[in-house]
Amino acid sequence: MTLTYAGASGDGVTAVQGLDLNVERGAFAAVVGPSGCGKSTLMKLATGLVRPNEGRIAVDGALVKGPVKIAGMAFQNANLLPWRTIRDNVLLPLEIVEPHRRRFRRNKADYAARADRLLALVGLDGFAERFPWELSGGMQQRTSLCRALIHEPALLMLDEPFAALDAFTREELWCVLRDLWARIGFTVILVTHDLREAAFLADTVHVMSARPGRIVASRAIELPRPRALDICFEPEFVDIVHDLRSRISEVRQ
Amino acid sequence: MMPASLMERAAPVAFTLGLGILWEAICWLFNIDPIILPAPSAIAESAVTHWKPLLRHSGATMWTTLAGFAIAVAFGVVLGMVIGWSRAIYRGLYPVMVGFNSIPKVAVVPILVIWFGIGEIPAILTAFLISFFPIVVNVATGLATTEPELEDVLRALGARKLDIILKVGIPRAQPYFFGSLKVAITLAFVGSVVSETIAANAGIGYLMSVAGTNFQMPLVFAGLIALAIEGIAMYALFAFIEMRTTRWAFRSSFAAGT
Repeated sequence: MTLTYAGASGDGVTAVQGLDLNVERGAFAAVVGPSGCGKSTLMKLATGLVRPNEGRIAVDGALVKGPVKIAGMAFQNANLLPWRTIRDNVLLPLEIVEPHRRRFRRNKADYAARADRLLALVGLDGFAERFPWELSGGMQQRTSLCRALIHEPALLMLDEPFAALDAFTREELWCVLRDLWARIGFTVILVTHDLREAAFLADTVHVMSARPGRIVASRAIELPRPRALDICFEPEFVDIVHDLRSRISEVRQ
Repeated sequence: MMPASLMERAAPVAFTLGLGILWEAICWLFNIDPIILPAPSAIAESAVTHWKPLLRHSGATMWTTLAGFAIAVAFGVVLGMVIGWSRAIYRGLYPVMVGFNSIPKVAVVPILVIWFGIGEIPAILTAFLISFFPIVVNVATGLATTEPELEDVLRALGARKLDIILKVGIPRAQPYFFGSLKVAITLAFVGSVVSETIAANAGIGYLMSVAGTNFQMPLVFAGLIALAIEGIAMYALFAFIEMRTTRWAFRSSFAAGT
């Protein structure tokens, strides 16, 4: 998968400019940067929700001209539908994406089983019949991850998905995402402002500059996988985070 | 000492009874002329004597109200969806709607009478005109306030506008819609009774205006009470439907958050 942006601007404000980013198929990329650097614009560009004013975006070799139809997305808010059970929330993409959409009614039971398997993977065994308001914030966010993955998207876009959670739940969900990625092998672009999160999860961390946003540095994280949470306390890891932090400080000036 | 829950449940009945007793006592103590304010006992007596016309006219009012209300629901849902669908339509129609809604509907009744004559049609139309507005506004609000991020999630899956409306907009608008029905039905009552009072030959409004010109004040008040009972019954019915259809909105923080 190749993503190349040359520039984009919204209503008079240039959100991102001269932004070049390549993400290999199956890679885990993280994008970090100061607040307001156009990270969310990047998300919308990559999924085709917003068209660039200049430049091109390609996913899987094909130019992005409209919404890409194969992306899974999760945001800081879980955005679950309160009138649907957890299972039905996870199934929502299948009611929209072809070819599942056509088969959905007929194969409802198969799809439900698939949703339950995915929920079990993130530790939500037995919660399928519950409603979102009965779950904690962390559990809602796990559901949101499942919803983003149920249709086996080629590209998973995460926009600060763990930012609203407490520190322990956040680390727990890092592991959930790490395991899901290791198991299923999708391409991830994780937008975050948490450097430890980026360093722990990603293959490559891209640092964005303040508005207009562009990639000012890319750093490969060569820590061995699978990574355990304890790695966060290794000197090597701390060095990486420190290095990333100083680069962000540079671009903030 | 009664348990708190029992007290809470008994409270509405106790207050209604207390109000009636207070009213009776004031009429009796100050020797108020029944032409000015009849006592509840006199009203009850009149209601028993005239139960047949009261029931017939209540039925007529109920019919015009429900007919107007039904039209308001159908029209309100369609218009609300159209308005909620597109920002341009929303912007274009909203001032017109607000302007229309600020006209006192009683001013429209004479026009309706000229168009349709005296009878139930002006009453039905007044009930409709007065009650569709809250439905439109609520349906449109429910649709228009879909979280943009959720819309992004669906659009990134290739969802069309219609998909988003069907999967998210309409379920999301439901609590707003059912909430507006309670308001709309009480307004529809106001509309039909206003119209009946001005120009009709049936309905509680008509009965009250005839009884008023004959100085049968207890009967006028009996009509009022009948209206109150019908209004409460309809409100309770739609409040119940609201609870049953959109339980999720009462349980989650959804309703509080918006």
